[in-house]
Amino acid sequence: MRKQFEQQLEELNLRLIKMGALCETAIARAVRALLNQDNDLAQLVIDNEKEINHAEKEIENLCLKLLLQQQPVASDLRIISAALKMITDMERIGDQAEEIAVIVTKANLSDTIQTLNIKEMAMSTIKLVNDSIDSYVKRDLELAKQVIQGDDIVDNHFLAIKEGLLDMIRNHCQNASLAIDVIMIAKYLERIGDHATNIAEWAEFSITGVHKEGKEL
Amino acid sequence: MNNIVIENLDLYYDDNHALKDINIKIPLKEITAFIGPSGCGKSTLLRTLNRMNDLIEDCRISGRVYIDQEDIYQSGTDINLLRKNVGMVFQKPNPFPMSIFDNVAFGPRTHGIKNKKEFYAIVERSLRQAAIWDEVKDNLNKSALSLSGGQQQRLCIARALAVDPEILLMDEPTSALDPISTNKIEELIIELKEKYTIIIVTHNMQQAVRISDYTAFFLLGEIIEFDKTETIFSIPQDKRTEDYITGRFG
Amino acid sequence: MFQTKRKKLDQLTITLNILVKLSMIMTFIIIIFMIGYIFINGIPHLKLSMFSFTYTTDNVSLFPAMINTVTMTAITLLIAAPLGIGTAIYLVEYANKKNKIVGLIRITTETLAGIPSIVYGLFGYLFFLAFIGWQYSIIAGALTLSIMILPLIIRTTEEALIAIPIEYRQGSYGLGAGRLRTIFRIVLPSAVPGVLAGIILSIGRIVGETAALIFTAGTVAKIPDSLFSSGRTLAVHMYALYNEGLYVNESYATAVVLLVVVIAINALSTFIAKRFKKG
Repeated sequence: MRKQFEQQLEELNLRLIKMGALCETAIARAVRALLNQDNDLAQLVIDNEKEINHAEKEIENLCLKLLLQQQPVASDLRIISAALKMITDMERIGDQAEEIAVIVTKANLSDTIQTLNIKEMAMSTIKLVNDSIDSYVKRDLELAKQVIQGDDIVDNHFLAIKEGLLDMIRNHCQNASLAIDVIMIAKYLERIGDHATNIAEWAEFSITGVHKEGKEL
Repeated sequence: MNNIVIENLDLYYDDNHALKDINIKIPLKEITAFIGPSGCGKSTLLRTLNRMNDLIEDCRISGRVYIDQEDIYQSGTDINLLRKNVGMVFQKPNPFPMSIFDNVAFGPRTHGIKNKKEFYAIVERSLRQAAIWDEVKDNLNKSALSLSGGQQQRLCIARALAVDPEILLMDEPTSALDPISTNKIEELIIELKEKYTIIIVTHNMQQAVRISDYTAFFLLGEIIEFDKTETIFSIPQDKRTEDYITGRFG
Repeated sequence: MFQTKRKKLDQLTITLNILVKLSMIMTFIIIIFMIGYIFINGIPHLKLSMFSFTYTTDNVSLFPAMINTVTMTAITLLIAAPLGIGTAIYLVEYANKKNKIVGLIRITTETLAGIPSIVYGLFGYLFFLAFIGWQYSIIAGALTLSIMILPLIIRTTEEALIAIPIEYRQGSYGLGAGRLRTIFRIVLPSAVPGVLAGIILSIGRIVGETAALIFTAGTVAKIPDSLFSSGRTLAVHMYALYNEGLYVNESYATAVVLLVVVIAINALSTFIAKRFKKG
């Protein structure tokens, strides 16, 4: 029964996966541009950011249409309302990736970051984003919980990088302005991790009906 | 607080086991919805509460139905008094072929009211409660059958209210009506909740969500799940409930 | 494609149309002819003396017979109507549908309805006159006729009651009314047109009955002193006149009166039924 509805839910899933892929690509490219000082790649990220915004609009429209046409209840309602919230976080992820790319085009940071684990932090972050969307699409509660806990790793990376930069500044082997740029990039990556956590929390809601259980509001 | 408590109720129509081990407590002065696919027993259980099932031959019941702590199936129960206390509104509006006034006055007359002034007071009060007074006050002697479907149903509600019940049973009260009449009656039901305990059988999921506080889901003669409406429709516990309310079957 | 089918359908429709109209016209003609024939033969012989209070072989008055018809009808209905209506109410409102006794009553009723009236007449004679020992009397006739029309009243009342939608009863019970109140305040009032129709049908049968009355009420052509005396009704009067062979013309005249009475009764019944439908 409800064939049309099932097809529309399928479409919703596909679009979310695509938008997630766009976000992950943006992050990966921005970080590669940073590591290789590749301004062209950075520019690509900046140009493609509007695709992510466009995807958000489309998914938003699809969700509103589903709410209107199908009057969903129970898990259907949770799935659709979770999707509406998730795309906000995903769009912010796209913004953050763009911000990173913008910094790359403005400064040459390749020397500064040699001793820092930006690459690893980026990899962890990308994995979080990937897993969070996966947990929603596959309705995998365990995976969602892993993401929520995995945010700690990204936070730890951020603290390590911050410490490393503070060292460099104290030892005068670093240009303060460049250091600030690097901290911004690390901060953006950390924020992306938080957004991935949000996505995972909405995925959990769509499965159990409970949002942010036990956490203080 | 509950004023209706059903314990271990089984009901048979001949060989058909229509209700299986029903246990439920209906909350006082709230609206409880019975939902479920056709033939699942929800109307049957409704009719158990005012013993209308007694009118059907070959109907056997075991178990207890307590209303205000009294088992209404024990011998010695005054059935007419029970039905005065537990009113019923049917799916198809069924006003008597009499005037509007006589329709509403029928109940009070039956239960001993003789004073003319009292009659008028009761009729007016009931028609006001049913939100139809303004439409008929100048034409109380008109035949009830000349009213529209929605008006007839409100008249039937007034008729039920005229005997001053505690509980109102409504068996798909709006399924035969147009959307505007349905709307009026739903608003009316929500108002009535202040004074009466209401149980409504409905096929319309959206209606259950709109107006009920509690919902019981029936399947094949059993109650599968009973909880606050918000919970049933956002986080149902049983997969069968989920499948039914999302339209995956039934 | 639609055009050719239409043509065929049209032809069939037209033919059926014509046939139906033809049957109606034929029926109409037959009835008009019959009534007309009687009127034409009877009206010229209607004399005022035929309506005089006492019967003499001179005036062959039908007035006593008319009075007797009215009495006979009244008494028969007085006996049969309450019995018949009561039985019907029991069968429809009280009895368990699967009860064997109900089945028995129904079979009996149906059988009684089919028995020819002359058999009733014979029964009436054998029971009331031969066995109990009454004379030819109004009461014997009335009792016999009661048995005869009982099935008719039961059946028509039953149908009138069954036709009342169950929703009315449900509504009444739902308000806490008992069975008696439901029957007498809700069901029966609505069923009145149907019940009345049955009663008027019965009146028609009573007025037209001859065979059963000849053997029980007799053919005395005056208004009897008591119920236990004999008296002829209008139909019997007509039969007697014709049989004696002397008053053929007067019997035609009597037939006219009889016909007028029957038509009047039917018109009245239609009128009453309409009045009730409105109110």
